Amino acid sequence: MLDLVADQGAKVAAQGLVASPLAIRGLTVSYGQKPAVFSVDMTVQPGAMTAIIGPNGAGKSTLLKAALGIVSPLSGQVSVFGRPLEKQRARIAYVPQRASVDWDFPTRVIDVILMGLSRELGLLRRVRARHVSYAKECLKRVGMQDFADRQIGQLSGGQQQRVFLARALAQDADLYLLDEPFAGVDAATEKAIIEVLKSLKEAGKTVVVVHHDLATVTDYFDHVFLINTRKVAEGTVAEAFTAETLQSAYGGRLATAQIDQISRALG
Amino acid sequence: MSSEEFVPLSLTPLLIGTFAAVACALPGNFLVLRKQALIGDAISHVVLPGIVVAFLLTGAISTWPMMLGAAGAAIVAVVLIEAIRRLGQIEPGAAMGVVFTTMFAAGVLLLEQTDTSTVHLDVEHALYGNLESLIWLDATGWSSLWDLEALAGLPSELSRIALTLIGVILFTWLFWRPLKISTFDEGFARTIGIRTGALGMALVITAAIAAVAAFDAVGSIIVIAMFICPPAAARMMTNRLETQIICSVVFAITSAVAGYVLAGYGPLWLGGADAVSAAGMIATISGLILALTAMFGPCRARVGVQNSS
Repeated sequence: MLDLVADQGAKVAAQGLVASPLAIRGLTVSYGQKPAVFSVDMTVQPGAMTAIIGPNGAGKSTLLKAALGIVSPLSGQVSVFGRPLEKQRARIAYVPQRASVDWDFPTRVIDVILMGLSRELGLLRRVRARHVSYAKECLKRVGMQDFADRQIGQLSGGQQQRVFLARALAQDADLYLLDEPFAGVDAATEKAIIEVLKSLKEAGKTVVVVHHDLATVTDYFDHVFLINTRKVAEGTVAEAFTAETLQSAYGGRLATAQIDQISRALG
Repeated sequence: MSSEEFVPLSLTPLLIGTFAAVACALPGNFLVLRKQALIGDAISHVVLPGIVVAFLLTGAISTWPMMLGAAGAAIVAVVLIEAIRRLGQIEPGAAMGVVFTTMFAAGVLLLEQTDTSTVHLDVEHALYGNLESLIWLDATGWSSLWDLEALAGLPSELSRIALTLIGVILFTWLFWRPLKISTFDEGFARTIGIRTGALGMALVITAAIAAVAAFDAVGSIIVIAMFICPPAAARMMTNRLETQIICSVVFAITSAVAGYVLAGYGPLWLGGADAVSAAGMIATISGLILALTAMFGPCRARVGVQNSS
């Protein structure tokens, strides 16, 4: 067993993947009997914007959660910038699905952003004016500077999503992982989010997004990871986002008309 | 009432009632927000087998073994609830229901099947405690607070609940940020390195210790009421967790003091002859506060725009 692990490590090193912002090997996650993610390898390219796509229930969110240690995998290894996840937490920012939390929680927008500064604030350090002004800067980047003192329950869905993104910005990470950030948000929010993500990419950060809207993949992303419990395809949009890979990931669930449309869009 | 009467007869029950109320209300804030508020109810049931086992082992009704038995049972229950919730992947309420009914039944069975007929473990005592009997007979007035000899005669329940309260306050203060973050967004909390499983366990164990210490002094009615009523009432008064905690403490103290005074003197004012149970009245006042805030509190409406936006 140890030999096997060492062997895999050597292989990873030989392929020059050690510096990948997120390298996953043989990841299997199961809720009960049926695996949600089966033996998945993934190598995220540094400085790229990668979309994780696949049909509903294909294990997209689970893959992300297992990569972050939120759910425990049955097997598999995760390395972040070449080192174990636990040692690299400071370099990761995660944006959970908006619906995964109770927005009636008694707190204000600014307090949520300050959660992104937990590493600096520690257990007992006081929140100082510079922390608050930094948090407000992060809010400004998502166009929410006027909402700092609002109770979070008063926000619309799109505003909630922007607050979550601002909290991730406050973490000042190198790798950003977002779970369905465009789900159920208004057009203005979608535009604001994609602009922030593009600015992150320009700053040399790596962005990975669980995405469900096939129509926007070519506009927003440069890499694609297609999954349906197992990995279906991985690569640049031109390589991995083709009629064949989509057919194989979605099977009969994707209408031929949709595939034709995408094929046309891809030229 | 003169201080010669107040200090020996009312000061210690008031303090014990107040400390017990606050010790339960503080962790109650997080339990209510995590939808685990019933844990107080569960704990006050599961201590029964612990107390019976402690009695069977020592053969005597003495406080420390019984407290340890109760605390041990509470911790076993908390661990079982977490284990069932995680392994069975069911909601916490269902896991609690399974564990506390089973353990309570086991306690009753133990009580019936063993020779414990000499033990005074009656229902009334368990429910209402004996707050009024926790008097300080060595005191003669306020000056007794500086009299070491008189202080030695303080009921031992007072020092236990005071120590417990200090422990609860320290836990809440020290782990404030991780508690807040993991209560709001557990997934995010995990990604920044907070060990949410261990922290959640520490929270319920803290609540269990508070419940057992309070149960010993004031009975289970107050425990169940104080875990839920002051925090729930405080939630309707504010939209900030920091303010909610302060409000819940104020409500807990108000319930304890007003409940104790009303139980002692209320019936007399109404022309009756006897006092009523202080624990029952404290719980009633906390319920009234909850009812009032539910009707008139400024933040009682779910203001949230629905998630579908």
